Formats: sequence, structure tokens, C-alpha cells
Amino acid sequence: MSYIPHTANETQQMLGAIGVDSIDALFAAVPATHRFPKLDLPPPMSEMEVAAEMLAISEANDHAQDFAIFRGAGAYHHFIPSVVNHMLLRGEFYTAYTPYQPEISQGTLQATYEYQSMMCALTGMDAANASHYDGATSLAEAVTVALEVARHKRKKVILSHAIHPQYREVVRTYHQGRDIRIIGDRGRGEIVDLMEMLDENTAMLAVQYPDFFGQIDDLTALADAVHQAGALLVMVANPMALSIFKSPGELGADIVVGEAQPMGVPLGYGGPYLGYFAIRQKYVRRIAGRIIGETLDADGKRAFVMTLRPREQDIKRERASSNICTNQGLMALAASVYMALMGKNGLRQVGELNYYKAHYAANEINRLDGYSVDMSKPFFNEFVVACPRPVAEINEALLAEGIIGGLDLGPHYFHLNDRMLLCVTEMNAKEEIDRLVEILGGLRR
Amino acid sequence: MTTELLQPLIYDIGTPGRLGVNLPECDVPKVELPAALMREELPLPEVGEVQVVRHFVKLSKLNYSIDQGMYPLGSCTMKYNPKINEDAARLPGFAQLHPLTDESGSQGALFLMHELQKWLGEISGFPAVSLTPAAGAQGEFAGILMIRRYHIDRGEGQRDLILVPNSAHGTNPATVTMAGMDVLELPADDQGNVDMDALHAACEGELRDRIAGMMITVPSTLGLFESTILEVIATVHDAGGLMYMDGANMNALMAAVKPGALGFDVMHYNLHKTFSTPHGGGGPGSGAVGVNEKLAPYLPGPIVEIVEGAPHSEEVVGATLESPEHGLGMRRASQGSPLQTSVEVRGEPPLYGFVMPEKSIGRLKAFHGNFGMHLRAYAYIRVYGDSGIRDVTRYAVLNANYLRAKLMATYTVPYPRHCGHEFVLEGHFADADDVHALDISKRLMDYGFHPPTNYFPLIVPEALLIEPTETETKADLDEFIAAMEKIAEEARSDPELLRGAPYTAPVRRLDEVRAAKELVLCCAPARAAASV
Repeated sequence: MSYIPHTANETQQMLGAIGVDSIDALFAAVPATHRFPKLDLPPPMSEMEVAAEMLAISEANDHAQDFAIFRGAGAYHHFIPSVVNHMLLRGEFYTAYTPYQPEISQGTLQATYEYQSMMCALTGMDAANASHYDGATSLAEAVTVALEVARHKRKKVILSHAIHPQYREVVRTYHQGRDIRIIGDRGRGEIVDLMEMLDENTAMLAVQYPDFFGQIDDLTALADAVHQAGALLVMVANPMALSIFKSPGELGADIVVGEAQPMGVPLGYGGPYLGYFAIRQKYVRRIAGRIIGETLDADGKRAFVMTLRPREQDIKRERASSNICTNQGLMALAASVYMALMGKNGLRQVGELNYYKAHYAANEINRLDGYSVDMSKPFFNEFVVACPRPVAEINEALLAEGIIGGLDLGPHYFHLNDRMLLCVTEMNAKEEIDRLVEILGGLRR
Repeated sequence: MTTELLQPLIYDIGTPGRLGVNLPECDVPKVELPAALMREELPLPEVGEVQVVRHFVKLSKLNYSIDQGMYPLGSCTMKYNPKINEDAARLPGFAQLHPLTDESGSQGALFLMHELQKWLGEISGFPAVSLTPAAGAQGEFAGILMIRRYHIDRGEGQRDLILVPNSAHGTNPATVTMAGMDVLELPADDQGNVDMDALHAACEGELRDRIAGMMITVPSTLGLFESTILEVIATVHDAGGLMYMDGANMNALMAAVKPGALGFDVMHYNLHKTFSTPHGGGGPGSGAVGVNEKLAPYLPGPIVEIVEGAPHSEEVVGATLESPEHGLGMRRASQGSPLQTSVEVRGEPPLYGFVMPEKSIGRLKAFHGNFGMHLRAYAYIRVYGDSGIRDVTRYAVLNANYLRAKLMATYTVPYPRHCGHEFVLEGHFADADDVHALDISKRLMDYGFHPPTNYFPLIVPEALLIEPTETETKADLDEFIAAMEKIAEEARSDPELLRGAPYTAPVRRLDEVRAAKELVLCCAPARAAASV
């Protein structure tokens, strides 16, 4: 019976202790007309067979071990040191529950506290929570915090169109029951255009850094304008880019959110990922989700505990601002191990490798007849390429050569037909980039 | 008094200049970095690989986990997490698959999600399932948003009240608020069921036209199957409301009853409870939602459907891939399956694709859910199959009733009837009234067990909610019973002992007031980059 250990003899003894003849008798409260329906499921399988089937299914996918990947757009193929996976596979971590009993959960609690600390270091914020589901939901939760800070008197939320399209969709899903207006992202407004939308009814303005197209805007004037309007500046930041670029804290952000998948979490077909959420001290009591703090035990020993608990749904119920409880704890552990290993120097080195390789690829592609790269602003590891043919055709040709090309922007932005969003990371060797450039060069009009 | 941590912080074991990882040399020409945009400080630790390994191994040893022992945490279903599922999740075809891979290049993943949607639907009696919610709370949120949109589409947008029993998980009322609706709380009767008089009063009184629906956990958070459930469902439906089932306790229902057949309109599953995906010290979870025909157009997306190719037979489940050689072909060859013939005759594999339901409430997260949890749940259901899934519930219920029967001799167990997969007892004694549920919980740590859930559900005083799950042996349960009996003796003979517990855990009880007052949330060295 797979993972059920009972022998027939034990089952009989247990039934005897309960005082019933059969297990079925324990289900008497279920209406008889609906009791014990037939389940149309496949028959049981041995571990050997399941292992073979899972391998077969997995190999029906075009994955990064068989293909060179130049696709990012919110999910990034980075190097993950072997240590990360070995730590995640420790049963003490992955088979533990949420640390509600701190005396026997100090491992999870301290690792999470260290994760919070390292996210503060990257973002330049004062506090970070233990995680949200992903980058998109952490942005949606930032909207809630901004509305709460404004005591729900400000009803306008400004989003840049250069925030990941799916993140903006998620914000709309989350807030469909509220009386608020979400604007700014229907056109293709630049930062100055967004600034003009600010008024006394604005709760927050959000931009992505680097933006969805990989570019970095000059945000110095923006923070002042947002604060002058009495609103909050929310930045959706790729933590990998923060290894080399100025922190959002330095640029004046009030809340920094985003997807920390690049920090040690594999592509994994989109999840589980790691939504991070960092905030300035003055708003820390508005933060949703779990947060770990330091304290002392009864003997005066330093230790960690989940804190600010009264904000959470299990205590505050219908007065809680979010229903989140389960988060992405194990992915926060992955990021913690990853950041500890990479450290101050390693992470900067990875960031620089991304920058150099992306710029090498961009320059080479920009030289090709028929192609042009948008170099109007600085960029990190992604850039937009204007292509001489539909992106779908180009990607098909690349796939035949073992390369997964960039994202076709046309379906997401009406003004970006025949534009491809390419991503280059430390995982793309020069030969791979040269091969990409060579194939693109052969695909002209 | 000491001020040392059990294990120093990662920041405190570093040395300037030490590296934890070797990276390849840059193989492309370097360009100039834009100086004005560069950061100066990056206050991360500087630790070597060996130190990092030892640091996290030492931390891991401060945890209690299922792999070490029984974890009878009520409402959390802490069952064994099969190791093969961890191996499967790390196959390159899953772990290294980009979420925006073209559908033609991710047919394996799409096939798996499609099968899982079908199986979850079959287990619960719902024709449509979306796997996108990231956790149970997000599944609840999806369910309530769907109910809201359903009423709005029917011109009944004034329906803004959701009935919630007072025994509900805190997520239920918090979810209602997030969706912009209001909670109407219902009391329980002396049997722990929803008070039918209160329900009828709510559904038949002046609020009738404002009732949007009801959220209820089955079996209830007391571990009891509501004997009046069919009447509850009919009453809410008569008032024009829809029924949401919180599926946190699905481990008591599989092959015992299908919520869809009872009349529920929508439910969420917790793949990280019922279907054994690991809790990971707090997550990730996965909170798929199942719905009936009424709500199917509103499901959060995307969901997986067969978009072209071979005919789709609802009767056929569990078709298997023949061998890796078929690759993208995804040819399916389940023994005795009618699909086998039709596929061979047509010679064309089905093509799976993502579809956004017609009136979808929208996307709940980027991409398509916690896929890593989907594949573990798939492997879990595959191992058990039809007969095994039935046994999961049967033995979970057997284990809970055995514990309950044995502990009744020593503890007050309210509600004199058989329980589902969990039960509640009162963690206090009339003749030792300065001992509380919390003290019993902490003392259990000294006996090598994780405590049960304390102080929930709120309607039982000093509640201890106990859920052993099906993966514990009788011997494990007997040890737990012996520990609980010993603690009951200690409560009378030495109550101080219990109030000071635990003694053998890595740390003693913690000062939570101090933590909330001082708010130390971040290591000092990490703040070097904190802004002006």
C-alpha cells in the first residue's frame, strides 16, 4: 500500500480499540446516497514504473540541458551551485511545517531571517518579509499596502506599461473587488508621462527596474515627484540586476518587490518561484505575510520567532489586509544559500558577466543587416531586437538549430510587432552567442 | 545569561575577500559599465563553500521535521513526502524548462497538468479544474472572486455577503474581505455542526437577496462530518447563494464522498496537504480549484486543454506515455484504454495547449501555477492509483479514530462521535487548572513529537487539534498516546514542569512580546546599504 504502513493484524487491533467492525463503519456520517463513490483513476504503479514515466514525460519538453536558451521575460536561466540543491534536499528543511513552534524550528527561522537580511542588503530597504508567491503577487500585495497607507482615501494606482504584462494582469485580478482605478499602462508612456498622472488621489506609482524590456531609466526625478504628490514609489526589481546597479533604496523607492527566482531557483516551468517584498521601516507594520524577528528565550539566549503576528489572517480574520499564510519558504531558503555562497564578490561577478555578454550579443546583432537593437537607454541582460521577419518564423528556425530564441513581443504590445526580447546570461557561452548571431544573420527578409 | 546564538549569523562567519564560488572567466570583450548607475556597496556575506554547507547543515539540525518523527498538526496534513517525487522534480525536463517555452516544446508538462486536472476533478466530482493558485488561500480567493463574478453577470451584483461558520480557518473571512465582500459569521450548535436555525434565519430573512454564498470546511475544522451538510447546501442554494468547500480536509474525503456530488459549486485542494507535496518550512503550496459547470467559465487561467488532435474521451484516465522515444509525439498507450486504439488508428497525437476560460476572473500569478508541486502530486496519485487513493483516506480516518479512542480515557474529547482524519480535544484538566493547551504542546517536544495545532478551532476551549495522517504506524501512535498520558499525569503531579517546557529543544520558550516591540528584522551588516 505504498506509503501506508499498516498490517492487517494492526488494523484489526485498532478497529477493536475503536469498537467498530470495519473502517467503512467510521464513515456513517456521510450521507449513504453519496458514500464510497467509484473513482475512475488509473491503477496503482510501482516506484520503478513511476520513475520511468516521469522521465518520459519530462523528456517530451524542450529544456535548457538540450537547448541554448535566450529567453527571459520574468524567468531566468542562471547558474545554481550544487550546494543549493543539497541543502534544499535536507529533510529537516523541506519536510518541516511553518515555524509556528519556534523552539523546534530555529533552523527555518534563522535561515529566513538571513534571507530577509540579504534582500534588505540588495534592495536598500529596512525590512523584508519571508516571501510571497511570486513577483506578480508581491506587486499586487504592494498595491494593498499603498492603499492601506493612504487609509483607502486615495483611489488611483499608476502602473508603467513597462512592468511585466502578467504582473499587471495579476494586479487587476487581485483588486477587481475594490473601488480603485489602475491607470498608466494602456499606452506606452515614458516616465515623464507617468509623472503627469500623479495627483492627490494617487496612492502609488510602480515602475520596473530594469523594465520589462531590460532597460534602465533615469529615476532620480521620479521619486521626488511621487513623494511630492504624497504617494508611494513601488519598484519591481530583478535582484540579479541589483548586484551591480544602484539599489532602489538609493533611488528613493518606498517598497521594493519582485521575483527572486534568479537567486538560486531553477526555471521549473514557472514555479515554485519566490516573490520578495521589502519596505521602509515606517511602513513595516503594514507588510503582509510572515516576517521573522530576533528575540530572547526564557534563558536569555538569542533566537528567532515569527513576529508582528497580529496582522495575520489567523488572528485578525476578516480585518486582515491579506489572506496569505503558506508562502514560498523553501525557495527563500534556496535564495539564502545562493546569496551566501555567491557573496559580495561572486554576485557582483555574475552581474557583470550578464552585462558583458548581453552587450556583446546586442552589439553583434545590431551589426546585422535588417536587425536593430534598441540602445536608447542602458540595459542589463535583456534587450529588444527589431527583426526583419516575424519573430515566430525566426524562433522556428532557431529551434531547428537547438536554440530557444527570445520572446515575441507582438502578442503583448500592439506597437512591438516583429520585436524580440532577447536575454543573455552567464549561462550563454560566447560560442552559443556567435551561433545565434550567425543564424539570425542568415534569416533576412 | 548568554547572548550567543546557537549558530552564528552567516554575516558573522565571513572574512573579507573569501569566495564561496568559482565562476568562469569572461569570454567576451568587456564594455564599459555605466558608472553613474553602478552601486558602491553590496553588503553580502563573504563565506567559503565549506562554511556555507556547515552553516546550513547546523541550522537544519535545529528543526523538527516529518523525516524525524510524527507531526500531528491538525488541519495541516503532515504526511510523509515521498522521495521519488523529489527526484522527479529535479529531472532536467522539468527543472530546466522555461515557462514561456512554446507549447509544442512543452507537451510533456502540458500533458501532465492536463492529467492532473482530470484526476483532481474525478476525485472531487467537478468537471473543471484550474491548477494556477499558488496556495490554499489563493484557491479560496479564486473561488470567492468566481462567485462574485457569477452573480454580477446574472445582474445580481447586490449579493455581497458570504456566510462563514465560526469554526472556519482565518483565511476564509480574510479572503472574503480581499474580494471586496462582507462576512456573515454563523455559530455552531452543540454538536459542532453549523447552527441550522441561524442558517435558516440568515438565508430566509431580510438579507436573503444579499447572500452570495457560503464557505464551509468538510469535514469541519473539528474533524467532524456535518450530518446536516445536504440541508446546509440546499438552504444556501434556495437563497440564490453558491457553496464553497474549503478542501483543507480532503484527506478525509477521497473515495468516501465527492464534494461536487453533494452539491458544492467550487472547492480548493491543498496539494501540499492531501497530495503529499512537502511544506518546505512554510511553502511552496499549491491550491488548485475545482468547479461545476456554472462556474467553469470563470476559472482563473490559464488551464490546459486538448487544442487539436486525438479525440478526448472523458472516460479515459491515466493514459501513459509509451516510452521516451516518442518524445513530443506524446503517444499514449494505457492498457485496455479505448484511446489506445483511436490514437493508433488516427496516428495523430493530441496537442495540449493553454486556454483562458471564457469569462475568467484572470491570472492569479505569473505563468501557470506552482508546476513543481503539480508534478509531485501527479506522481503521488500515480503511485496510489484508484485503490490506493481510497486507502489514503480510510487509513487516515482509522489512525485519527484510534488516537481519539485511546486518548478519551485521559482527556476531555468533546462531541461523542467518530471523527474524520482529525479530532479536537481539550488541553486542560479540571484538577490542574493552571496547565494550558500550550503547556501540553511544549512538553510534547520533550517527548520527541511535534505538537498538535493549539487554540484552533476557536470554538473549543484550550483546543488541541490532532491529525496523525495515514503514514504513521500503530507503534508511532502508541508512543504518542503514551507521551500524552504521561503529560496528563505530570499536569497533576508537577504543573510547574509543564509550564517551563520544553527543556530538551534547542531553545526554551521565546519572548514574543520583545520580538514585536524591538522589531529586529534584519542583520546589522546588511543595512550598510540602507538608504538615506
